[in-house]
Formats: sequence, structure tokens, C-alpha cells
Amino acid sequence: MITAERKPLEELIEYIKPFKRILLLGCNECVTVCAAGGRKEVGLLASGLQMAMLKNGSNIEIRQHTLERQCDPEYVEELVPMIDSADAVMSMACGCGVQQVAMRFKDKPVFPAVNTTFMGASERQGVWAERCQGCGNCLLGLTGGICPIARCAKQLMNGPCGGSTGGKCEISNDVDCAWQLIWDRLKALGLQDRYLDIIPAKDWRSGGGSGPRKIIREDLAE
Amino acid sequence: MKTESRLEKVLAAGHLAVTSECGPPRGTNFDEVVRKSKYLEGIVDAVNVTDNQTAMVRMSSLAASIIIKQQGLNPLFQVTCRDRNRLAMQADILGAYAFGIDTMLCLSGDHTKFGDHPMAMNVHDIDSIQMIQMVKDMRDKGLFQGGADIKGPPKMFIGAAANPFADPFELRVMRLAKKIAAGADFIQTQCIFNVDKFEKWMEGVREKGLHKKCYILAGVTPCKSLGAARYMANRVPGMDVPQEIVDRMASVPKEKQAEEGLTICVETIERLKKIEGVAGFHIMAIEWEEKVEEICERAGLLPRPQV
Repeated sequence: MITAERKPLEELIEYIKPFKRILLLGCNECVTVCAAGGRKEVGLLASGLQMAMLKNGSNIEIRQHTLERQCDPEYVEELVPMIDSADAVMSMACGCGVQQVAMRFKDKPVFPAVNTTFMGASERQGVWAERCQGCGNCLLGLTGGICPIARCAKQLMNGPCGGSTGGKCEISNDVDCAWQLIWDRLKALGLQDRYLDIIPAKDWRSGGGSGPRKIIREDLAE
Repeated sequence: MKTESRLEKVLAAGHLAVTSECGPPRGTNFDEVVRKSKYLEGIVDAVNVTDNQTAMVRMSSLAASIIIKQQGLNPLFQVTCRDRNRLAMQADILGAYAFGIDTMLCLSGDHTKFGDHPMAMNVHDIDSIQMIQMVKDMRDKGLFQGGADIKGPPKMFIGAAANPFADPFELRVMRLAKKIAAGADFIQTQCIFNVDKFEKWMEGVREKGLHKKCYILAGVTPCKSLGAARYMANRVPGMDVPQEIVDRMASVPKEKQAEEGLTICVETIERLKKIEGVAGFHIMAIEWEEKVEEICERAGLLPRPQV
């Protein structure tokens, strides 16, 4: 999923200060799962903002709404009946959702309420960790199902650097050495020799090196 | 011979090679590079010029290498994957070679987290093994990494690093094999304090015949003080300083610690000389370049051979 974290309240207040009527939008997808911008967080932020603004002596009107999927124009269309009664929109979706809303309603200010962080997985309740950088040419088949691009601090594709100690990365004891994990997996699978294959320099065009990426499926595109 | 590198000539002639290093200044002082390099003149076969080591901004390794070359020494141009993409690396390699710099070291680089610009993006367009491949293809095929012909390919003697003390230990010989397969001509190891563990690593190296496929220079560092020994033991990722070394440094009064550090270093070299497959030494006397001559003298590494 795409993970996100809510921005500090002070930053959000700065955004909405000039406005009276705010449409606060959640998204029912990734940001709901990582508890950053779903229906529940929309409710919490709405009261937080209202209280903070009241303290500053200003009364704002916040309308709450959570879309099924904010990155999808079909669902964004739902906002048409309510957009005119708002001076500005604050979105708790990831950056994709924020942009989708901004693109649809060109004359309406749209502000992000979260910092979109990474593509990750849940490690345990309340803990998410980065797993994928969307490089566009997946290496997981060569590296025992563990990604050195997303999980090695130096993106090393051919083995651990000299700073790997006791299974941990040199940057922090809280970070596993990706290559220790890869090596353990290759051993468990009896594929140690695969380590000797040199993974050649990556073609980053698939990974954003050639500018913004797009997928066009001719069989589906209208 | 693959190159005109003096280091290659010394190694190919079967001599124990000696390299040392010179960290460029944190400023623009030309004379400081000259001053440091003068300590190493006639003492070593090549001078490693570090590339923003510990991720701290310094004078570029290319510029400092050129200064050192102009003093008549042989710079060993270090390049990390942290600060440059493949275009910048190749451009600097062409420039280095145009100035007669024919020996280099391909490194991943310390993470920016440890330096004075932790907010900077780490580049890592390619990794150190891919860099070795790239430099080898530039030299042997006359091709840029992108596939085009180079007018006047740089003939670099290609070095790589190895750390026998990092984990997972069982992977460390294979990692060396991979660097050699990629095209490394010589290796400089991490500082060796734990000679027993290094010997164990070298056993694995010999089992696979890797010492016959590339030259292995054993890295050593003299401890300047008990504090330095403790720092390396506890704070430097991937360093293995056994307690007995720390205890030995602690057993002498403060004013004698530097002397003890040098003695340990010389004794380490003597032990390493006996290990089959060790082709030379890389003496990393960090901010202590003036002692390299004494270490080499006491370890019987002088005079340097004429090749």
C-alpha cells in the first residue's frame, strides 16, 4: 500500500487560515489501512482543526467526506454537488488523490493534509515499512524475494557493503541489512550460487529516469 | 600488463606493494595536499585519494589526485557511488586519465547519514561492482557504459575494497569473487586488527584461488591513542578491533600510546607478510601521514622497488 503520515496541525492551519468553508476529504484505500486519512482520521482532524481555529477566534465550517478511491476520477465526480459550498479542499489522501481532486476542480484551492511516504507493508499492528520503490523492472526473482533497491540504504544490487553488522544496516540498528535477509533466504532455498550472478547496472528509464511514467493498456484504454 | 600503472608494475614484478592514503582538505588549500603528499614521496607505490570520505564534503578526489600527480607521486583515485551517477563517474575517469592518473578504487561510499550533509540524496545509480564492470569495459572494450565508443579509452588499473570483518562472514569470500569476476585487478581490505579472522578469510580466498586472480593488499591502521582504538572498536561500522588491542593500548601511559600504536601496526604487517596471498599493504594513517615512512621502515618495506 501507499503509506502516509498526517502533517502537523500547525502546518494545516496555515493552509486553511484564509478560508471559512472547508471540504475535508478522506480516502477509503491505502490511507485508511495505514490510519492516516480514512473516515476516522477525517473526523478527528475536523474536530482538531475546528478547536484550534476557535482558539484563534475564528469559526470555520468543515464538511467531511470520504471517497471510496480518491485517485479515481469516477469517485472524484461524487464531489460535484458539494464543491461549490466549499472555499477550499483539504485532502487526507495520498499525493495521487490530492492531485486528482485539484485537476478536477481547477478553481478550487486543494491542500494536502498528509505526507505521502512510501510503498510499504505492515510489519505488525501500527508499524509499516518500505518494501518497494516502483523501479519498474522487478528484481525480486533474483534476490530471494527481498528488494535491495527499496531495502538497502545504498541500493546495492550485488551484495552487502562493508558496514553490515550482526544482520543490521550501518545506518541504524533498527534497519535490517537487506543483503543479510537476501542471503538467509537464498540459503534457505538452496540457491546460494545465485549470489555469484552479477546483476548488471540498472536501466532507470523504467524507474523514473526518463521522466514521469505512464501505463497505457490499449486493451482497456478508451 | 593491462595498464601503465606503477602499482600494477610493482605487483606484477612480485614485490610486496605499499599504498597509503591522503585525505583532501575541507577547504581550498592547495599546499595542504602538497604537504601531506610529500610525507609519502618515495615511501609508497600509490597514494589513495579519498572521495568525500565519511560523507563529509572535501576537495574533490579528482582535483586532489591531479595535485598529487603533479608532485610526481602516483595517485590512486577513489570514486564512490554515493555522489555521482554513471555520467559523472565516467566524465571524471576520462579527466583523471587525461592527467595521467591510471589507478583507481571503486567504492560504494559511506552513507550520507554519517557525514555533514545527512539531508543529501544518496545517488547509487550503479553499485561498486557495476562500477568495476563499467571501468573495465571502458578500458578493455573502449566503450562507455551506454555503449558508445570512447576516443582514447582510459586504461585504469582497477581496485576494489573488501571487508573481511563485516557480516555475513560466509558471504565475504563470494563477494570478493564477484568483484574479481566484474573486473577488479587489485583489492584493498578494511583495516586489519583481528589477524586471526583475516587469516580465516584468506583461507577461503585461497580455496577458491582468488589470490591468483587479483592482488590483495592488506589494510592496516596505526592507532594514535587509546581513544582512537576504542572509537574504531565501538563506533565504526564493519570494524573489528579485538579487546586485546584496546587493552594493549590501555596498558601504556598516554604519552606512549602513539608509539604502541605504531608498534602494533608494524607487528601486524609482519604477521600479514606470512599469509599466502597477501600481495602488499595499504597503510591508512588517517591524519598521521608523517608516520607512514617510519612504519614502512620498521616493517622492512623500504626502499621501494624501482620498476
